[in-house]
Amino acid sequence: MASHPSTRTRRGPVTYLVRLLVIAYLFLLVAWPVYLVGKNTFADGMDNINGILEDPDIVHAISLTVQVAIIAVIINTLFGVGISLLLVRYDFPGKRLLSALLDMPLSVSPIVVGLALVLVYGGRNGWFGPGLESMGFQVIFATPGIVLATVFVALPLVIREVVPVLEEVGEEQEQAARSLGANAWQTFRRITLPSIKWGVVYGVVLSLARSLGEFGAVKVVSGNVLGETRTATLVVEEKYLNFDKGGAYATAFLLALVAVACIIIVSVIRPKEDR
Amino acid sequence: MSIEIVNVSKRFGDFVALDNVSVSIPSGQLTALLGPSGGGKSTLLRIIAGLETADSGRIEIEGVDATKLSPQKRNVGFVFQHYAAFKHLSVARNVAFGLEIRKRPKDEIRERVHELLNLVHLSQFADRLPSQLSGGQRQRMALARALAVQPTVLLLDEPFGALDAKVRKELRDWLRRLHDEVHVTTVFVTHDQEEALEVADEIVVINEGRVEQIGSPDELYDSPANDFVMRFLGPVTELGDRLVRPHDLQLLTGGGEPDAVPGRITRITRVGFEIRVVVAVGEQLVTVTLTRNEFLSLDLQVGSEVQVRVAPEVAATVGQPRLLGAV
Repeated sequence: MASHPSTRTRRGPVTYLVRLLVIAYLFLLVAWPVYLVGKNTFADGMDNINGILEDPDIVHAISLTVQVAIIAVIINTLFGVGISLLLVRYDFPGKRLLSALLDMPLSVSPIVVGLALVLVYGGRNGWFGPGLESMGFQVIFATPGIVLATVFVALPLVIREVVPVLEEVGEEQEQAARSLGANAWQTFRRITLPSIKWGVVYGVVLSLARSLGEFGAVKVVSGNVLGETRTATLVVEEKYLNFDKGGAYATAFLLALVAVACIIIVSVIRPKEDR
Repeated sequence: MSIEIVNVSKRFGDFVALDNVSVSIPSGQLTALLGPSGGGKSTLLRIIAGLETADSGRIEIEGVDATKLSPQKRNVGFVFQHYAAFKHLSVARNVAFGLEIRKRPKDEIRERVHELLNLVHLSQFADRLPSQLSGGQRQRMALARALAVQPTVLLLDEPFGALDAKVRKELRDWLRRLHDEVHVTTVFVTHDQEEALEVADEIVVINEGRVEQIGSPDELYDSPANDFVMRFLGPVTELGDRLVRPHDLQLLTGGGEPDAVPGRITRITRVGFEIRVVVAVGEQLVTVTLTRNEFLSLDLQVGSEVQVRVAPEVAATVGQPRLLGAV
């Protein structure tokens, strides 16, 4: 290879080696294990899937998971967009502290989150818990607690997607809208929201995937009561520990399917370069 | 008076952007806020629009105290240096924005948008997105958008600053013609003295947060209030202890006139129709600009001995001796 042409994109042996390493790494870490879940699910044809779909308790668990995830995503989206606007467009003392605090749910183990929530909202010994319970509102070992735990762990995802987009878009379009007579809400709905649309969509998808899959915090606060507060991820654990591997794989497969589908759909419909 | 600015001050931390500024901007005219970058002129414009708030002082627009009004209640049109186009809306929707906010009937909006797009020569681009327009076209769209709501005053913040020289010159002429058609009170910020001199009816020179001088382009050019204004508005050179414009100097090849001083030519540069001649008068290097014809008739070369003087007609009007103060 004496006359090796100097191409603009250098593709030496090193490039291929690096590519091979990355592909092998992702394959062994992500693709192969996930594929095996699917393979085990369908080892006996549709038996495993049909098995869980015919069990009313499991159907309840799945529908509970979906409901909780949707509520958590709505809360996190409204709150996330609001906080993002606050962080990017306004200056106030303690802004950096708030920003750091918002990353905490990502760094703290979900099981700690669960325990912390029990300490505050627990029906017997929590701070607010007994008070709320006497008003007839049970948080821990009930759906509100599951929602709370899920909201907590998925809190920063929308914010981390929206903040950089808001920063990049800048403030001038909003100022132009204001000077043309738009009030704060009109400016947000007609100008800000359309320009951060894709950031919000991506944040929602990540939050949804995260919320569907939450396990540790939910396990602590839910009480794990079959047919009432047992969510899909808790079903997977239960089945697995009871040697019902088929059921565990089938439920896990459904969970993974929804999450992966969300991300694929968004990356397909998202414009290449959103300009 | 259309805009009354009274004792306005503004600080950003330790930086004094505006220091007790008072200006009256007349109705129906094209006024330039001219000054070097960081001199406070953009801040003043943004305070008029309500995009910044003054630390102290008062703003009146058409007799209404606007000091505490939010931007959407001031009815000002604002044009940004970087266009601030609504990227997700078509050109027509951009222009229609203010009218849609005001809930005007659909027919009226369509008609007005059509009219404005004709005015700014963008009719054929009505359905495009801003990203499909050139910089000059985007700025014309922004101007149409600001004019759509029939603002009391039109404010332009370095409107041509992001454009290349040729487009800038075209848009400058076009803005002047547009203003002659529309007659809305217009204030524009620029750091380009040529732009201000060419387009504006009145110029407010702002430097380091203060107003240096207010006047018509002729007044400012011919009788600047101080050395700063003189230096900022055009080329200057020093002859003895006087600050003069290079084109107000004459070169003589013949015998000694009483008011002329002798010197030797050290450099000759030609820039298009203009010839710049540098003459060493003793220790001092004096720049003199001549037209091509003047230059040819004098038959000058580097090294020629010449006499330099202030042209007599200039000396009679503005040529008072001036001590060279710090700027």
